[in-house]
Amino acid sequence: MISNAELVKKYCRHNKKFPHIWCPGCGNGIILSGLLRAVDGLGLRKDEIAFVSGIGCSSRAPVYVDFNTLHTTHGRALAFATGLKLAKPELTVIVATGDGDATAIGGNHLIHACRRNIDMTTIIFNNYIYGMTGGQYSPTTPHGAHGSTCRAGNIENPFNISALVEAAGASFVARTTSYHVMQLQDLIKKAIRHRGFAVVEVITHCPTLYGRLNKAGGAPEMLKWQREVAVPKNKAAKMSPEELEGRIVTGVLVEKELPEYCDLYDEIIRQAREKAGRGGENE
Amino acid sequence: MKKSTQYRLLQGNEAAAEGALAAGVRFFAGYPITPSTEIAEILSVRLPELGGKFIQMEDEIGSIAAVIGASIGGVKATATSGPGFSLMQENLGYACLTEVPLVIVNVMRGGPSTGLPTSPSQGDVMQARWGTHGDHPIIVLSPASVAETFHYMVKAVNFSEKYRNPVIMLMDEVIGHMRARVSLPPWSMVETVNRIIPNMPPEWYVPYERTSMGVPPMASFGSGYRYHVTGLVHDEQGFPTGKSSEARDNIMGIFKKIERGFREVCLVDYHRMEDAEHAIVAYGCMVLSAMSAIEELRDDGIKVGLIKLGTLWPFPRFALEHYLPQLKTILVPELNMGQIYREVVRVDMGRAAVEKINKINGELITPDEIIKAVRGLAR
Repeated sequence: MISNAELVKKYCRHNKKFPHIWCPGCGNGIILSGLLRAVDGLGLRKDEIAFVSGIGCSSRAPVYVDFNTLHTTHGRALAFATGLKLAKPELTVIVATGDGDATAIGGNHLIHACRRNIDMTTIIFNNYIYGMTGGQYSPTTPHGAHGSTCRAGNIENPFNISALVEAAGASFVARTTSYHVMQLQDLIKKAIRHRGFAVVEVITHCPTLYGRLNKAGGAPEMLKWQREVAVPKNKAAKMSPEELEGRIVTGVLVEKELPEYCDLYDEIIRQAREKAGRGGENE
Repeated sequence: MKKSTQYRLLQGNEAAAEGALAAGVRFFAGYPITPSTEIAEILSVRLPELGGKFIQMEDEIGSIAAVIGASIGGVKATATSGPGFSLMQENLGYACLTEVPLVIVNVMRGGPSTGLPTSPSQGDVMQARWGTHGDHPIIVLSPASVAETFHYMVKAVNFSEKYRNPVIMLMDEVIGHMRARVSLPPWSMVETVNRIIPNMPPEWYVPYERTSMGVPPMASFGSGYRYHVTGLVHDEQGFPTGKSSEARDNIMGIFKKIERGFREVCLVDYHRMEDAEHAIVAYGCMVLSAMSAIEELRDDGIKVGLIKLGTLWPFPRFALEHYLPQLKTILVPELNMGQIYREVVRVDMGRAAVEKINKINGELITPDEIIKAVRGLAR
């Protein structure tokens, strides 16, 4: 396996953009490293990867790595990525987004991207909170948990992101945590290889805000919690709903072969050209 | 389309779609909205015939985002909107700052809010200029006939590519839905402009380093030039910066390139202005009423002419300034409360008397109303 030093040398814009903006103990770096190891494992060329993100802590990931990187507006990464993929289907498009970015302001784009099944991989960094703006509650903040805009405890109910994207039609859904680093890179690899819209939800920790506001401890304690609550999918299948209460099911949750959007559109083009006779006569 | 000039009965919206195709647009993203829907419907058929792509997005926010993505992928792209133009403002600012070429066709309808969906209006003139947050340059064209819609659409795409800036085609419902017999040139006769692409080796490429024209060469993703695009204020390398000197260079850079192209992007036409003592300043469908009013007023011996604004932003102040010494009065008919009127007053600086006629009830300003107003002023 590639060493950390080699990974940084090979993929990071080390001469330009470091130190990064993430807090000490943040899980985002673990996820980014998981992605880079997956890319390395798959032997993808840097030129063929487009790494797109929205706004928030997680969405700062692209600036640090030497791909074609597109840091867009809040919640809109998937819509940008959709246009980019259609224009250049040969690109491997990977989207980094957070729980707020993907499911609050970008919720509409997320469900429609799932439904369209365009070939791209979306990694959702789910830390249950808005980190960059100072710890406000997000659509995944658990009921009763604390944020800087819900000091008395959250009275809203959270989204289950994996269930949401499955219901919206994503053809590949996987979940893991930033503790499970080997599973993380393995799932990202599978997601990239999958032809269609793939989502990897990564439960991660924000010790600076979520940890403090909820007295959940620092990064080590939060990582330990991830280890404790995670249940592999096979094991979860044998557990009762009561036993699964408060647990996080990990692994590949959905994997199905569905027609991919760009492939279907190529067929539209073929038919249109046939119908229009010689087609593109004026080109 | 055939190799020679072709005569066709076209709707304004169709002419916009044909103009986009002739200019090389091969990607469209949109959302159904009256009164611009025909553009989407036509392009959904025409684009795949040419190997291009059409996608109907979940809203106009997603539409312009997809268009920006496609343009970064190296494909000329366009989107449409009516009131959905409000939803596009966020990413319009993104395209200004990241210097991504694209064209938005906004066929205006009565507002505010859901307003008068099938009635004409010119209420989005100021929104087109200042709708997105922050200081930014913009190019806004407003065609006054079906034929002109075709030619302006080609120019809009060319300007966006040349200056790496979004261009707004600000049409009104009258022009969008009017049908006329127009001559379409063969595509080989249509002058098209493509963005400058880098020719240096990738390791030498500085993504936002400006050429002498003030516009940085633009590499498309996947072409071997790996770089970063961000809506944060950035340095020449494209990376976020908080340094005040770099922030100034970034913002001033996007303004300067449009200032440098000011004369080129300002499309203005004049009609019977040589000896005019009175001028009508009009754009879009108001040009039609003005033209017919002028014929009648001239028959009465009133020396009136037309300054027709094809470009609204940047405001072509020179067009007015040139004629101000000979003008006694200026009349600005608009289907809004006087949005260009304010610009005319600003440039006029008290030299000629500036008057306005406005309608915001979904009706047009008729030639008779203009005739009456000019007669009143000329008295």
